[in-house]
Amino acid sequence: MEILRYAIYRFGTMLLTLLVVSVMVFAIINLPPGDYLSNQIAELRATGQSAGVAKAEFLRTEYSLDRPLYQQYLIWVGFLPGPHGFYGLIQGNYGWSFEFDQPVAEIVGDTLWLTVLVNLAAVLFVYLVALPLGVLAAARSRTWVDYTTAFVGYLGLATPNFLLALILFYYGHKYFDLPIGGLMDPAYEGEPMSWDKVKSILVHLIVPTFVIGTSGAAGMMQRLRANLLDELGKPYVETAVAKGMAPARMLTKYPLRMAFNPFVADIGNLLPSMVSGSVLVSVVLGLQTIGPTLLTALKTQDLFLSAFVLMFVALLTLIGTMISDVLLVLLDPRIRYEGREA
Amino acid sequence: MTQLPDGRYVNDAPFDADASLQQLERSDLDAPNWVLIWRQFKTHKLGLISGIFLLFSYVMLPFVGFIAPYTPNERHPDHLYSPPQSVNWYHEGDFVGPFIYPMTSEADMQTFQWVFVPDTDNPAKLEFFCKGDEYRLAGLIPVETHLFCAPGDATVFLWGSDRLGRDVFSRILYGAQLSLTVGIIGITVSFLLGITFGSIAGYFGGRIDWCINRVIEVLRSLPELPLWLALSAAVPSNWGPVAVFFIISVILGILDWPGLARSVRAKFLSLREEEYVRAAEMMGANPGRVIRKHLLPNFMSHLIASATLSIPAMILGETALSFLGLGLRAPAVSWGVMLNDAQNLTSVEIYPWIAIPMLPIIIVVLAFNFLGDGLRDSLDPYQH
Repeated sequence: MEILRYAIYRFGTMLLTLLVVSVMVFAIINLPPGDYLSNQIAELRATGQSAGVAKAEFLRTEYSLDRPLYQQYLIWVGFLPGPHGFYGLIQGNYGWSFEFDQPVAEIVGDTLWLTVLVNLAAVLFVYLVALPLGVLAAARSRTWVDYTTAFVGYLGLATPNFLLALILFYYGHKYFDLPIGGLMDPAYEGEPMSWDKVKSILVHLIVPTFVIGTSGAAGMMQRLRANLLDELGKPYVETAVAKGMAPARMLTKYPLRMAFNPFVADIGNLLPSMVSGSVLVSVVLGLQTIGPTLLTALKTQDLFLSAFVLMFVALLTLIGTMISDVLLVLLDPRIRYEGREA
Repeated sequence: MTQLPDGRYVNDAPFDADASLQQLERSDLDAPNWVLIWRQFKTHKLGLISGIFLLFSYVMLPFVGFIAPYTPNERHPDHLYSPPQSVNWYHEGDFVGPFIYPMTSEADMQTFQWVFVPDTDNPAKLEFFCKGDEYRLAGLIPVETHLFCAPGDATVFLWGSDRLGRDVFSRILYGAQLSLTVGIIGITVSFLLGITFGSIAGYFGGRIDWCINRVIEVLRSLPELPLWLALSAAVPSNWGPVAVFFIISVILGILDWPGLARSVRAKFLSLREEEYVRAAEMMGANPGRVIRKHLLPNFMSHLIASATLSIPAMILGETALSFLGLGLRAPAVSWGVMLNDAQNLTSVEIYPWIAIPMLPIIIVVLAFNFLGDGLRDSLDPYQH
């Protein structure tokens, strides 16, 4: 019951955070002087296309861009009735993309779940790589195993993601015949789900996952190693060794469980950086995720499109963090009773 | 060793005060903190080397114009995408001194590429302290002397040239000016914000603490890159390169402070209850004084170490932004701007030297990481 109450509390704070984030996002999006429609209207006026001007003016009133900023925000979220009553984000209307002349929902469409997929794969990769390597590095600390993993880890931290992506793609294609660019074979785009499509997506996922995950895995590995080393120096480990416990069993039974805690808690730090990385890598590799859409939207000042993408990205990380927090409470009984503030 | 009549043994060697272990510890305790930190830091070889390297890099920044053979935007229309030239010492078995083979370009009509043929008959000896294009030393003094350049019409492209025939080596040196200072400006902004908000939250507690904490939580839970992108997209495109550069560094700093503020706050929460803080308050010190004089010096070194560790993120951030075309823009030269040219697979396949700026990025980021690790490890001199 306790856990349920905590989950509800956590969900509530997430909603509140999301509200704050929406204000922030809307403010940032409106920072640049001018907006897409006024730019367009000025341009159309200059070239003397009155029909276009009328359409742009219509869109302006339709999306209440002629109102004060705070009203625009409230209408966008759906707290205030627009020209057609309450119809904002919370009513399921994501707005209109002026650049593509389409509803935002239609442009974003498929890319949403592909974004989730890429990020999930990257998080999975981080855990699968960091866990064994971190444990190994701690258990064999100050040997060549430790130094090699540390070196590879540092290199992973220091290499800019996008370059790693380019280079891996090139060599992956050259030597392993991995496909270049995109998240699936172009033949499968817009096709219904099938086994072949899933396979195609999986093959295309290899390089992006690796690139996005590397730096996260490197950091995670180092932290796990440090935590585990702290635990390994404690007297209870000495006792276990002295009593003749097998090294592997000793390691996994007590110290690893203790060191595991920050590992789960870390997802809150990990997820934002994963999402950041995936945006960048998607742009470079032309993945059909939300990243390239965000970049074009920002460059063309496409108000609603960029706002929605930013909100979605924030929502993704917030949900991830919430899940990790709840998991942490499930895992570690001490947190349940110590209160919520760390 | 002599045996006394009562059977005990006594060492005959004269007593040496300096060698006494006790004495050493006493002097250690009296030494100022930074001496102890420095002593400890010196044992961290990797950190020491990184520190010296970084110091050298930063000291070099005002003088890059002198070291670079060309100015960053000097074009060589006959040498587009010229491959790197190596500096040789021996020509046909004879010692000539540092020289290069001049390159001549020919158009390959099959592949539509420039093919560069080194002219191995005429070694062109490098000139030193020679006249070249004018640049400004430290941004102020106009100078024409370069450390080295190629004689006559020959070119010296140590790391090749890019699509406009500009020297990659010179551009990397000039790029260092912006790419390296971005981190410093960004971390200063982040440091100021982090310490201010962190100490206010930690010292006063209560409602202010709650508010600041929520802000920190919100900022930390958001992915940085999309926010950086959104903020830099808001920079008006008609601003000059310098203004853009400053605003980008500030943007990088603005989103970085929550991490620092969190650690400052945590420290303050524990230190606030110490007796010396109460004593200072009793004697009428105002909060500002208590924070600045009594609390902050306690863990300033820790803060500096963690700041060192977050500079790489800023350098990488600038690179990523410029790479995507939302950060610094050409005429400005930074490593990210240079890598913008290496965006496609063509460059990786045909002109791999265009991607050379990634090497200084990796090296600098690694150096900052090692330096930070070394500092962090040596901060507790009494522990060892």
